[in-house]
Amino acid sequence: MGSADAATVRGVTSDATTASAAAELAALPPSPAVWCSGLRKRYGRRTAVDDVSFSVARGEVLGLLGPNGAGKTSVIKMLLGLVRPDAGEVLLLGRRSTDPRSRVAVGYLPELFRYQPWLTPTEVLDLHVRLSRVDVPRDERRECLALVGLAERSGDRVGGFSKGMQQRLGLAVALVARPELVVLDEPTSALDPIGRVDVRDLVLSLKSRGVAVLLNSHLIGEVERVCDRVVILDQGRVAASGTLAELLGQREVRLRLDGVDDAAEDRLRAAGSTSRSGDWFTVQLTSDDDGVTVPDLVRDLVGRGVRVHAVEPVRISLEERLLGILRHDEPEVAIR
Amino acid sequence: MTALTIAGLTLREAMRRRVVWALLALTVVLLALSAWGFSKLVGLDSELGTMTSGEARLVASLLLNLIMFGLSLIAAIGTAFLAGPTLAGEVESGQALAILARPVRRSAVLLGKWLGLIAFGGGYVILAGLAEILVVRVAVGYWPPSPTAGLALLAAQTVVLLTLALLLSSVVSPMASGIIAVGLFGATWVAGVVGGIGGALGNEGVERVGTVSRIILPTDGLWRGAMNAFQDPFALVQMGPGEGGFPFLSEAPLTPAYLAWAAVWIAVIWGLTALSFQRRDV
Repeated sequence: MGSADAATVRGVTSDATTASAAAELAALPPSPAVWCSGLRKRYGRRTAVDDVSFSVARGEVLGLLGPNGAGKTSVIKMLLGLVRPDAGEVLLLGRRSTDPRSRVAVGYLPELFRYQPWLTPTEVLDLHVRLSRVDVPRDERRECLALVGLAERSGDRVGGFSKGMQQRLGLAVALVARPELVVLDEPTSALDPIGRVDVRDLVLSLKSRGVAVLLNSHLIGEVERVCDRVVILDQGRVAASGTLAELLGQREVRLRLDGVDDAAEDRLRAAGSTSRSGDWFTVQLTSDDDGVTVPDLVRDLVGRGVRVHAVEPVRISLEERLLGILRHDEPEVAIR
Repeated sequence: MTALTIAGLTLREAMRRRVVWALLALTVVLLALSAWGFSKLVGLDSELGTMTSGEARLVASLLLNLIMFGLSLIAAIGTAFLAGPTLAGEVESGQALAILARPVRRSAVLLGKWLGLIAFGGGYVILAGLAEILVVRVAVGYWPPSPTAGLALLAAQTVVLLTLALLLSSVVSPMASGIIAVGLFGATWVAGVVGGIGGALGNEGVERVGTVSRIILPTDGLWRGAMNAFQDPFALVQMGPGEGGFPFLSEAPLTPAYLAWAAVWIAVIWGLTALSFQRRDV
């Protein structure tokens, strides 16, 4: 109690101007979890990463997509100071990545995950907590192991673990030191289907707690389910980026109609550009559609005596979009 | 703080990986053999006639130095092959990724590795060396003139070699770094012997081979200082001037200048390693 009282007294007697400055600082929006600009890296003659810039807001889940060799892991390693960029700047949680303190609240699961085989999972977590200089009580560390399903193996040597269990341990290591940013590089590569679902739930629970996540994954379905935004890398460059809604572009709705007159066609065109094939009409909706366009359209069509047989939303999956972008047979998307 | 954590981890690795037990077994064998040999030495009187006390001390000095050389060789090989994989191997396997992504400076991680290896290698040399001195004391009643200085110099020799192995392992593959470090250690020792023979024959050119190699890699110089601390001061007189090139006797104690050079050498090699590790992409 004594020390707490002393701290309060010190707080009260401290200079009023510093207090107001601190309040001003606290009122500022927090710096993004990740901010990088103009990252470039060459390995010999090959350019691995070329002018990559993006940011991850606090509490946001960003998916990093792209084919093998697109430079995703290189970008992640440059963010974490593991690889020196030839050019460009990185800020992690508001600090330059050249300052080790920028990584105090960062958890990382590498693509190539391997932990000291002569230690037990408990000891591996102890080590990482000590290196992070964060005070995490023993119970919390144990909970972290339980979260990834390793509670019963907490006393066994890591050397005897399967790949999947080592990856689970890697997740626990990434989560143990109370991160504000978690970087997961192919977090489900060695996991079974149940493990993949666990990881998805884990990412969603991090998001709900306001922890930013940078997720690199080949599993597009996984990314589509959990990510707020996506950055697509191709040959070391950002091929496209944006929110899922932006990336998936305009949605479409297909209607099978009977008894369409000119007035009804005008009404259809008012909802969006329309194409017709037999009695199927396809209407492209704008991306800022607030969800009332389709019901209103159907109501008006019915009011005009049009018989509505079917109304089908047309979904473009992220996979189709990704393939389109990577095969360059879609117009350049530049949604920033 | 980081350095101490990593140093503790390195020591724990040595314990858990049974390096310690392998070394212990090897050392016990060496100590037992030497105890047996020294006890036979006492019984030599009957066959070669009575050895004077001076002769007995000379032989004891020689044998003690010989066994210490064996110990330092074990320590050299042990630490060189431990130092290589510990840094480069962790980078190769991916173990370093999770550690270096923590809020740590790479130089602190390197310092921790280095301290852990020093504690291991130096600790081994000092404990095993002390055990051997006690064995000799019990067997033939010989006590070296300055055991503390000798053991400290042996430990310093180990530090030199493992610092070199660390530098090499940040440039070449882990296995190659161990081989090169031990090879250089052996080559310097041979060059030292050649230089000693040159000195005994009065050939300055040959003598310079030893001097230059001792400057380039201070292991042999420190080893000669250690021998000088272990051997009987009258042993050289006994051997006579013509035998000065004998590899298991040292003619003079180390100069402070040479000790300072060894310290500078370690600092420079350490700095180069830190620089190379700092710039390395993992």
